Formats: sequence, structure tokens, C-alpha cells
Amino acid sequence: MLRAALSLLALPLAGAAEEPTQKPESQGEPLPGLELFRWQWHEVEAPYLVALWILVASLAKIVFHLSRKVTSLVPESCLLILLGLVLGGIVLAVAKKAEYQLEPGTFFLFLLPPIVLDSGYFMPSRLFFDNLGAILTYAVVGTLWNAFTTGAALWGLQQAGLVAPRVQAGLLDFLLFGSLISAVDPVAVLAVFEEVHVNETLFIIVFGESLLNDAVTVVLYKVCNSFVEMGSANVQATDYLKGVASLFVVSLGGAAVGLVFAFLLALTTRFTKRVRIIEPLLVFLLAYAAYLTAEMASLSAILAVTMCGLGCKKYVEANISHKSRTTVKYTMKTLASCAETVIFMLLGISAVDSSKWAWDSGLVLGTLIFILFFRALGVVLQTWMLNQFRLVPLDKIDQVVMSYGGLRGAVAFALVILLDRTKVPAKDYFVATTIVVVFFTVIVQGLTIKPLVKWLKVKRSEHHKPTLNQELHEHTFDHILAAVEDVVGHHGYHYWRDRWEQFDKKYLSQLLMRRSAYRIRDQIWDVYYRLNIRDAISFVDQGGHVLSSTGLTLPSMPSRNSVAETSVTNLLRESGSGACLDLQVIDTVRSGRDREDAVMHHLLCGGLYKPRRRYKASCSRHFISEDAQERQDKEVFQQNMKRRLESFKSTKHNICFTKSKPRPRKTGRRKDGVANAEATNGKPRDLGFQDTAAVILTVESEEEEEESDSSETEKEDDEGIIFVARATSEVLQEGKISGSLEVCPSPRIIPPSPTCAEKELPWKSGQGDLAVYVSSETTKIVPVDMQTGWNQSMSSLESLASPPCNQAPTLTCLPPHPRGAEEPQAPLYPPSDPRPSFAFPPSLAKAGRSHSESSADLPQQQELQPLMGHKDHTHLSPGTTNSHWCIQFNRGSRL
Amino acid sequence: MGSRSSHAAVIPNVDSIRRETGFSQASLVRLHHRFRALDRNKKGYLSRMDLQQIGALAVNPLGDRIIESFFPNGSQRVDFPGFVRVLAHFRPVEDEDTDQDPKKPEPLNSRRNKLHYAFQLYDLDRDGKISRHEMLQVLRLMVGVQVTEEQLENIADRTVQEADEDGDGAVSFLEFTKSLEKMDVEQKMSIRILK
Repeated sequence: MLRAALSLLALPLAGAAEEPTQKPESQGEPLPGLELFRWQWHEVEAPYLVALWILVASLAKIVFHLSRKVTSLVPESCLLILLGLVLGGIVLAVAKKAEYQLEPGTFFLFLLPPIVLDSGYFMPSRLFFDNLGAILTYAVVGTLWNAFTTGAALWGLQQAGLVAPRVQAGLLDFLLFGSLISAVDPVAVLAVFEEVHVNETLFIIVFGESLLNDAVTVVLYKVCNSFVEMGSANVQATDYLKGVASLFVVSLGGAAVGLVFAFLLALTTRFTKRVRIIEPLLVFLLAYAAYLTAEMASLSAILAVTMCGLGCKKYVEANISHKSRTTVKYTMKTLASCAETVIFMLLGISAVDSSKWAWDSGLVLGTLIFILFFRALGVVLQTWMLNQFRLVPLDKIDQVVMSYGGLRGAVAFALVILLDRTKVPAKDYFVATTIVVVFFTVIVQGLTIKPLVKWLKVKRSEHHKPTLNQELHEHTFDHILAAVEDVVGHHGYHYWRDRWEQFDKKYLSQLLMRRSAYRIRDQIWDVYYRLNIRDAISFVDQGGHVLSSTGLTLPSMPSRNSVAETSVTNLLRESGSGACLDLQVIDTVRSGRDREDAVMHHLLCGGLYKPRRRYKASCSRHFISEDAQERQDKEVFQQNMKRRLESFKSTKHNICFTKSKPRPRKTGRRKDGVANAEATNGKPRDLGFQDTAAVILTVESEEEEEESDSSETEKEDDEGIIFVARATSEVLQEGKISGSLEVCPSPRIIPPSPTCAEKELPWKSGQGDLAVYVSSETTKIVPVDMQTGWNQSMSSLESLASPPCNQAPTLTCLPPHPRGAEEPQAPLYPPSDPRPSFAFPPSLAKAGRSHSESSADLPQQQELQPLMGHKDHTHLSPGTTNSHWCIQFNRGSRL
Repeated sequence: MGSRSSHAAVIPNVDSIRRETGFSQASLVRLHHRFRALDRNKKGYLSRMDLQQIGALAVNPLGDRIIESFFPNGSQRVDFPGFVRVLAHFRPVEDEDTDQDPKKPEPLNSRRNKLHYAFQLYDLDRDGKISRHEMLQVLRLMVGVQVTEEQLENIADRTVQEADEDGDGAVSFLEFTKSLEKMDVEQKMSIRILK
């Protein structure tokens, strides 16, 4: 694959650099006749090459990750650089000249912004600001220190005669070189540290430094460069002052640009309510605009985009829809990882080009030693200084990692390429040295930092799930500390953070968040909400074990079997349908297992994948209608979920009747929610584990508010697991279509061997009894803003207590024993029913009986599908006011 | 800073306070200065009013409770040693604190004591347990108006449930400690200047 791509790449020897902006020139010479086939390489060349490079890089990534062993030992960046070297060698061999190098223009305009935006946007802001002092010190003082000491030491080396005299460089040239080689590179640091997993504080310091030192690097580089160009003799004292001043202008200006754009971005997303689809685009556009604006004004673009991402995140995340959030996250990560991959690969390729560099061992070795030495020295000195003020001092191990983690990368390389050879005669030597330094730091240090971290037993970051307690207490601590600072009368960090939060809450959030988002914005609530979603998802994923571990007993526990009250007899009596023809049936207390079968069956029906169902055509560009893609996705998901539930059931089933656990706390709550429905409906509450499965529903709270808009498009029903109570008409219409079109194309009209539980299916669905799965226990999981609606739904279900008459006959189809009376049932089917509504494919029947056969579900479900459509239809009796419960499981919030 | 010694002399029982709280001389001097500034009519002790006049505390959702924590057992006044004793909870944990001989009482700034300070802010009725009701009250203070009462109750339920291990529907101090065992309390409940 790689080879194929390569040979394609090698084809165009004309080889323009892959400048995405380059306009393809049209080669259209008028040709005499109609051509059957025309090769138009040049028209597509530039974008084609870009795409190919990215493809190669992505494929390489895939290949690397095929082996877990390799990636666990070698950082990806190393592999990519090595791959770049190989590719560069091949290109060089084929084309006889170096192609496809890392162009500074491409790098700064296209490759760098996504990485920086990604890191800024996803920067843990609390951690960042908690350590801002240290980060700024290392970024500003550290970089200045590194630049000057390295430059000066190299100059001293030259004076000592250790650098070959052909390297023509003065003190200023060395300082210039020092300024570009001293900056720790965010791309390299991120690439390596993300795999190392050191503790958060250490990571944020190293990484924050690498981001913020850009301002210093840019300033130093520019100042030194202009000094070099002016010639050292012409530099006035005022120029030095200007240099110092420009440090502030560039850094503060860049940050200001970023904050302005962050403000704009947040404000814009406040009004995207009706055009959700462009929300992700806005994020990228405005962040990129911030980058370009800062670049245009020759301010620190990296700082601008970092601040933009950092500043806007809170408000943007609150404003945009959940889908947009996911999109932003993924697009950002994709772009960043793409750019990073391409950068490292191109770095490798660029190193092959020997025409660009000239080697001097003294310079190279000297630089390597100096940057390592001065970095370490600088870190130790600064840390000593910082530790006088830090609550938690950085210990020696931290310092070692920080010194060693000072990776140089593509920024340095791009900057050195940008040097003017006429003004800086030693450019070629500098290029070679930079390449060596970058390679050394990325490959050698990148390779060894992981073992080093392990060996030094650096505190690793430990990921633990957020709990409500932690979140709540953390807030408490914050408030306590702020209060204590007040009492002590010292306006420290906590004081100012508290003040900022109050300001933010009072004004900024009001201004920048849409009202609905603002109202529900609270961190504790957020955690609660996320926990719910996580529980729901993990319940679905793992078949429920998680729920029980977090203190929610599984509803499927047999302990709450109140078999008597759920007997069919009661049910029949209470439902008011006296038409029970099979007397044997009446007093049969059906086992929990049968009941679960039935419930499962309903779930199946609710969750069946209906590929050919027709939806209203919708062609709005401003929102993605849920109808077309979404629902299909959901159905697929439902299927998966159902499958898992089924397998879960098969395991759960065995212990079902042995465990008996009292559930003291649940009962109270259950009552207010479903008790009524239970009583009137006579529905078995203990229907099975589906209770929770169906009930854990989390709905983005915004939904409620937006629903008042009565515009469907506003609904953000894309989070977690959602119950949608749908008007019957709508669902039934759908059902009708599918029913009439697809019902039972197979000849099997009478089921060969339906089980008892299956036969009760239509009856069950007829009463909208899915509501019963919705145990009130889980009302505590139901977001509170949904609870009104919830309760309403519950009460509307109560009104369903007596099912429509036409459903009654089917009730009687319950044989005393699951597999007892299949044959006699056939006549029981109401003759009026025009459809073979109870056709059970044999495979399904089988599945219903043996729980362990969960593996064979997919085909079965599809066979079930007509049944389902039909079921809906069957109960479409005119005047039925059933609200049909449609369970939609959505796992969008997983991310 | 030349006036340090004269200030320190003003504080009664400096040495015993220092031994108890572990504060440095400089911190004690600063705190004493602050104490006297808060004590508006030079009565030698602080009343609730004195603390309530601190503007930012009024905005702090937990302000009242924190003020209350200075007045244990319903007393109306707090003298300087009491004032410092409360603040000593927030002294950063230092290395020399850890290797103290076990006979000595636990320093006020130990993890346990820090946690206990936070715990008693929740535990209003001093029964050693955070009941659901108490949790709800704290949540109400912290979360503000944005979340409805019902939602709050749900959160409170869940929070209690999460930490509650023995199933008594309340969070004991042990459970409270356990729910925070992964958190760096020493760091999060310390203020650097209070050395």
C-alpha cells in the first residue's frame, strides 16, 4: 500500500511542493477530436499530493499501531520521523533531488494551527491557571535563559576554536541560533508526553511552557534576525529597548487577539440555535481567524490560538449542541493528529536533503551538550526560585523530567529554514545542527523518557472516574479556601479565582451563553448528568453490572418478584377484558422467565432495525434531520444493545431465582412514580432487567426549554438514552407503511411453535406496557427537568389500563405452560384480524426459548421485523389514544 | 519587618500557640495583625459580627458556615488562639510534620483534620453524619438557583448514595474520607501563606 502510494508520488517529477493553496493550472490545449481518455495530472496535482501525503501518513499510523509492542516502546513521533527518513531517501533516489520538504509557509499556516488549537481548546483550564505562575516563569525566563546561554556558549566555543572556522558566525548569529533552538516545541512535547502519562502538574507545566514560550521565541527570533540583518554595528541602544518592548507587545498582543476572538466565537455560538450544523465550522473558522490575525500583525499566533481555545471553550461547549460538541472534538483531534503526523514525516524527509545542510561536528556536539546542560541548569534554578512560592514544591524527579522533556521540534526547524542565507552565512550549518538536535531530542529523548519516568518512579497520572462527592467537595474546598483567605485578609490566588468566578457567573456567562444553557450550567449538575449518561452507557455495554455497583440494584433481581400480584389473572381482571377463553390460563402464575421473555420480545420489537422504513423526506440544510440517518443509527444501536441485553439475560437468568435481596431504599420512590400505573394496569413490575435498561434516560436538559419553541429542530435529543414519548399517530403511521409493505413476506403464517411468552406479545404491546419497564426506581436517574413530563407520561399510561377490545382475544392465547398448547391457539386468533399478526418465525421461537442462543440474533431480528411493523398496525384501532413508547437508546454522549 | 519582635511580644502565649498550630512566628504576627484589624472595637475577641463584615464572605455560599466554624459549641466570641486554631487547618503540610513522634497529638493541618473541618461544615447537627437533608442544604447553597429543587434532591440522593457504604442513608466521616481518598486534600485544603 505504501509502496503503491509512493510510486504514485514519485511519478510527477515536476513535483511542485504540496502547497494546498496552489491553483491547479489548466492545461487545456484545444484538441482536434474527442478524446476517449485524457490524463490530467497537472490539474489535480497539488491537492492530490496533499491528500496522498496525508493518506500515507495515516496508513503509516495504522501500520505502527498494528503492533502494540512497538508503540508501547517507541513513541509515534520517532516512528514517523524514521518513516520520513526512509520515504525521503526513496524520493531522493527516484527523483534524484529532494522533494516534499517541510516548507515553513505550509508549516506555520496549515500544519501548526490545528495542533495548537487542539491543545488550547482541550487544555485543562483549571490546572493551567493553578500552575500559571510556574508555566509563565519557565516559558519566559526559561526560554530567554536558554537562548542567551546557548548562544553565548556556542560563541565561546567558536572563540575557543572548537568550531571549524568555515562556520562564519558572530555573536549575534549564535544568539539568533540560540533563540530558535532553545524553544521547547509544543508538537514534540505533546507527542511524547501524551504517551508517557506523567502526573498532571508536571504535564501541564512542560506542555504549558512549550505553548507559551512561542511568544518569546518569536520575539527573540525576530529581534535577533533583524539585528543580524542590520549588522551588529548599526544596532542602537534603543533597538534593544524596542526588542524588550516587543516582547510584551507580541505576547500580550497575541493573547489579546486570542481573547477577542474567543469572545466573538462564544457570542456567535450563542445565536446558532437554528443553524446547528455550522457550529463546528464556526469554532474552527474563528480560531483560525485568530491565528491568521495574530500572524498578520506579527504577534504570537500560537499564543493567540491557545488563548482563543482556552477562553472560548466553556461558553462554546455550553452553547453548541451535543452533536456539534462531538464533531468539534473529533474534527479537532483528527486535524491535529493529521498535522502532527505530517509534520514528523516531513521532518524526516527534509533531513535527507543534503544540499541544504553542512556538517560541523564541533557545532553539532556543542549545541547538543549546551541545550541539555543549560536546560537542566535553567530548570533547577527556576524551580528553586519557584519552590519558594509554591504550595506543592516541584521535587527533584520532577525537575529531571522537566529538563529531559525539553524536546525541540518542527518549529525550530521551520524557523531555521526561514533564515536568509545571504544575511546568515552559517545557515547551512545551523540547519544541520537543528536537524540533529530535533532528531536527537525526539528520537533519543523520546525513546528514553518513558523508561526514565518509570525508573524514577515519577508520579503517574491516575485516571479516576469523577464522582459527585469529589466534585461537590472540591467546590466546597474552593469556597472554604476563598473564605479563609478573606478571613486572613490575604488576597491570593483563591480570592481572585473566586472573584473571577463571580464575575463570570454574573456577567460573562449571561452575555455569552444562551439563556437555556446558562440556566442549567452548573458543574455539580454537569457531573451528575455525565454520571447518569455514563451509567446508562455502561449499563448497556456491560449488561447492567455497573449500575448495581453504583448502588442501584438491578431491577432484574428476583427479590422484588411479587409474583402474586403480577399474575395473569390479576392482569386480566384488572384490565377489564373478560374474554378469556382458555380457562387453564387464568390462574397460571407465569414464571419470571417467561415474563422476561415477553419483555425481551417487546424490547426487540421496539428496537428492531427497520431498514426499509420510510421517513418523511426532509431536506433542510440547517439541521440534520433525525429521521434519515439518525434513526437508522439508533436502530442499529438498539439492536446491539438488545443483543447485549439478551446475552446478559442468559447469564443473569440462572441466578435469578436464587438471589433474594431486600431493597429497602427503592420502594419509597417507586411508589410515587409508577405505583398508580402499576395498580391499575396490574402490570408486573418485576418484569425484568429491562426495567432499568429502558428507564435510565437522560435527556439534555435543554430539550425541555427548546421544546417550548415547538420547533423540532431545536431538540437536542441526542444524549444518553432517551425516551421519546411519541404520539401514536406518528408511530403508527410508520408502522402502517412498513406493516402493509413488508408484513410477513414469508409463507409462515401460523407459527410452528411459538412459546407462551411470545404469544402474549401483541397483548403486551397493545397496552403500551413498555411503560412498565420504566420502573419508578429509576426516576432518580431521570433528569429532573424531564420528570414532569415523565410523570405525565406515567399518568397517561394509567389511562391505558383497560386495553381496547380488539386486543382482548390475544390475551387468551396464554397457555398455562410455555410450550404447552401451541396448536389450540391457532383458532383463537381473532378471525377479524386480517393479518397474520402473530407469525413467529421458527428461529425466533427458538431464540425465545433458549436464552443462551443469543448469538444467532441478527437474522432473527430481521425476521422479526415485519412482525413488529405489523404489531403497531394491529393496535391502530381508531380512537385509541395510546401513546406509544418508543425507546431510543442513543449513545452519542459516550465521548 | 523590623517591628516583628515587638509585635510578637504583643501576642499572649505565643509559644504555646506556636506549638499547637505550627505556625511560624511571622505568620502568627501577620494573623495577629489581621485579628486586631477585624476586632473593630478592640475588645480582644471577635464576634460573629466582626467576621460578617468581611465583604467577600457575604458572597461566599459557605460564608456563614465558615464563620460559624470559628465559634465552636455556640460560643459568642473567639479569642486569638481560637482564631488561629481554625486557620491552622489550612497550613500546608510540610515534610517535618509527617515524621513527628506519634505521642504528640495529630497536627491540626493533617489530612484527617483538614477533612474533618470540611466535614463539620456539612454536618450541621453534629451527629457525625451527613444526612441527605444536610447534603441537600449544602447543595442548595452551592448550586444556586439554576437547578430546580427536584434536581437538587436527585443530586443529593445520588451523592449520599455514592459515598454511603453501610447503607444507613447518611455519610459518616469515615465514608466521607473514603469518598475523597483519591483527592489531594493536603494540597487542596492548604493556603501557601499560612506557613
